[in-house]
Amino acid sequence: MSDTALVVRERAGLRGALGAAGPLVALLALVLLGAAVNPAFLGPDNISNVLTRSAIVGIIAVGTTFVITAGGLDLSVGSMSALIAGLMILAMNTLLPFLGAGWTTVLLGMGAALLLGLLCGGLNGLLVVKGGVDAFIATLGTMGVFRSVLTWVANGGSISLDFGLRSVARPIYYGGVFGVSFPLLALLAVSVLGEVALRRMRFGRHVAAIGSNREVARYSAVRVDRVRVLTYVIQGVCVALATLIYVPRLGAATPATGLMWELEAIAAVVIGGTALNGGFGRVWGSVVGVLILGLIQNILNLSNLVSPYLNGAFQGAIIIIAVVLQQRRKPR
Amino acid sequence: MALLAVQGLRKSFETTEVLKGIDLSVGRGEVLALVGENGAGKSTLMRVVGGYTPPGAGTLAFEGGPLPGGVDAAEARGIVLVHQEFNLAPHLSAAENVFLGRERMRGPFIDRAGMERDTRQALTLLGCSAPPRARLADLAVSDWQMVELAKALNRRPKLLLMDEPTAVLSAPECERLFACIEAFRANGGSVVFTSHKLDEVKRIADRVAVLRDGEIVRIAPAGALTEHEMATLMVGRPLSDLYPEKPGRLSDAAPLLEVEDLRSPGHVRGASFALRPGEIVGIAGLVGSGRTECFEALLGLRPATAGRFRLRGAERALPGAREAWTLGLAYLTEDRKGKGLLLDKGLRENLLLTDGALSGGPMIDDNAERVVLEEAVAVFSIRARDRGAPVRALSGGNQQKLLVAKTLRPGPELVVFDEPTRGVDIGSKQGVYRVIAGLAAQGRCCVVISSEMAELIGLCHRVIVMRRGRTVGEVAGERMTEQEIVRFAMGLEEAAYV
Ligand SMILES: Nc1ncnc2c1ncn2[C@@H]1O[C@H](COP(=O)(O)OP(=O)(O)OP(=O)(O)O)[C@@H](O)[C@H]1O
Ligand SMILES: [Mg+2]
Repeated sequence: MSDTALVVRERAGLRGALGAAGPLVALLALVLLGAAVNPAFLGPDNISNVLTRSAIVGIIAVGTTFVITAGGLDLSVGSMSALIAGLMILAMNTLLPFLGAGWTTVLLGMGAALLLGLLCGGLNGLLVVKGGVDAFIATLGTMGVFRSVLTWVANGGSISLDFGLRSVARPIYYGGVFGVSFPLLALLAVSVLGEVALRRMRFGRHVAAIGSNREVARYSAVRVDRVRVLTYVIQGVCVALATLIYVPRLGAATPATGLMWELEAIAAVVIGGTALNGGFGRVWGSVVGVLILGLIQNILNLSNLVSPYLNGAFQGAIIIIAVVLQQRRKPR
Repeated sequence: MALLAVQGLRKSFETTEVLKGIDLSVGRGEVLALVGENGAGKSTLMRVVGGYTPPGAGTLAFEGGPLPGGVDAAEARGIVLVHQEFNLAPHLSAAENVFLGRERMRGPFIDRAGMERDTRQALTLLGCSAPPRARLADLAVSDWQMVELAKALNRRPKLLLMDEPTAVLSAPECERLFACIEAFRANGGSVVFTSHKLDEVKRIADRVAVLRDGEIVRIAPAGALTEHEMATLMVGRPLSDLYPEKPGRLSDAAPLLEVEDLRSPGHVRGASFALRPGEIVGIAGLVGSGRTECFEALLGLRPATAGRFRLRGAERALPGAREAWTLGLAYLTEDRKGKGLLLDKGLRENLLLTDGALSGGPMIDDNAERVVLEEAVAVFSIRARDRGAPVRALSGGNQQKLLVAKTLRPGPELVVFDEPTRGVDIGSKQGVYRVIAGLAAQGRCCVVISSEMAELIGLCHRVIVMRRGRTVGEVAGERMTEQEIVRFAMGLEEAAYV
């Protein structure tokens, strides 16, 4: 008995490995498909374009991974991004006469964005955790509130960033080092941090424990409320970070900014292998999920097989398929 | 002709063989007990017979014919299994659970009234007063067991398989269960059950099959084996005394914790006691007397107020859950599946859920954690071949041992053990008792809540009795007898108790 017990195995097995690699296999298949459809697909311009665009939703999806792993849900990320974009631009435009069109103004705008993300995420977290409102309803509500406030502030139109500031801030989205764009670098940094926090830190273990069984976590002296609120705050900060990188490209916030990003973020997380009901999550999977969604859109644009207008339909279908596959894999 | 005949049954999970050629038969009207250590394969054997998992090799015959696979086929032939872990829907009512999947119809509508009437009848027969309409989540664990039984009997079985039916029941409830088994048998029904309580095995079984490491090492009439012989056969070596010597107690030590007039809405209506370092205090009481709730309230796990609370002599407010843990007050829950362990996670994540890291910082130290896990596996003799596999794959008793190990991390000063040996085999029970006595000997304080009188008397220095949410009495020394405890628990003796 004790001899066999000595063989300590940490869950390998062919099936486990395949399940883990699933999203990567899908990503590879898409790359091959893209190359077959259009030779321009593998060109450096196209690839870097896709990656940089994916980076924005990718950063948001890292936060979403935390929320969903803890058994929560945040539908408000798209609206939150629109609101943050609008108020950030407004802040910078207001500071412009005093501080001039320079980095000070831009940095203060970025700071305001992060602060706002923190507050919005905190609001969601408190509503769900302290207010006891179901996450779906609470964030559906704030989703409406955030976008509506932006629309009101913009008076139904758009809030444009001053042209002088726009050229100052331009490198944040378009610049880079060693040919790697800043948005991509930011995604890399955020996802590495996220992966470490979720897998290698006590905090991540508590997040997964709460998603797996909240009562067990509570009886194990885990600070359940605090950790749950924190996941929403992380989500808010991720949204703010993505938004402040995206604003220089956008130039203006409109009521349509960030529309349907919640769908993309949640789809990416589920495709990546995070359990939709919580209890297990992986950040790298979500990033791969975002890339998969980005590639699909890109391939639709490059080929004339299917209209790119159907992109949303593809995303919707993929999230459903991913969930079906997840449930198959579970026992029972 | 035997009702059930099992021949050469084998079963493996991945590479490990759990059942190694079982031959067994059950006659009509017979009650057969399966006993064995945790992980011996009792539950697996029952699940194969009940159609929940396919056999690896061997034959199963029922009423002379072969038994097709699958739960539905087994139930159609009259074989019903009551699982060790509950298989109920917490948000449905008792009646809905009893009739789940077999709803009685009146025309196109569900015959709710009829189902509730029958459920009430079935539960009354089992001596359970739970209302058929009550949501299961609002009922006590012991009621869950009775609902499970009512559900099984409602399927009109010829062979009833019961996996540790008495693990969550207190003595009077067990009596009613036994009476029901007796009645079932008198009507020609057969029963196979498992239990770690060897005294009840001797009482109600006709024959006993002893399982060790997936093999039957002995089948004999219950009268032909003493409890001690059964235990020896189970573990494969002679067993010494079940209870360790009680560690010496400093009765003049200053109390670690004192509480007066502890209350928690609906369950606890005034509990007062003091707990000293180095003592083992038993908590007795009928099911529903508020024993569990009292200590959950004390340790911040449910809303509570107290007239006065003192910790190490200093008066303070009742702690919250996290605070209690930091103060060195730990609670081992009686609800292993719902509140104790993350069934989908591995041993390591469970054992180190709270303090994880070990490094003191926020990062997890894999190597240090592995060492701690191996230590715990050795100390508590947890049988788990695959350390990374989810805890769900462990046998019930081994899950319980893991839960004990987890609760004792990193080194609490007061440990409340709520039914610590539920579903634990006799050898490992001895192990758990040693651990408790060892903690007390180190000067820590142990509280043991248990429905097993023998356990309380054998293990504890003194026993506090609760009744209807109040502490009503205390027995120690000479007066610590079953009769005395029961007198308090039933309210026959209303001594003034402070
Ligand atoms: N689904 C499974 N996958 C892998 N191993 C399993 C599975 N189910 C049971 N086992 C293993 O089979 C062995 C026998 O388990 P079983 O549950 O039958 O024990 P048991 O005799 O009922 O123990 P207990 O008294 O603790 O309930 C254990 O070592 C257990 O880890
Ligand atoms: Mg078992």
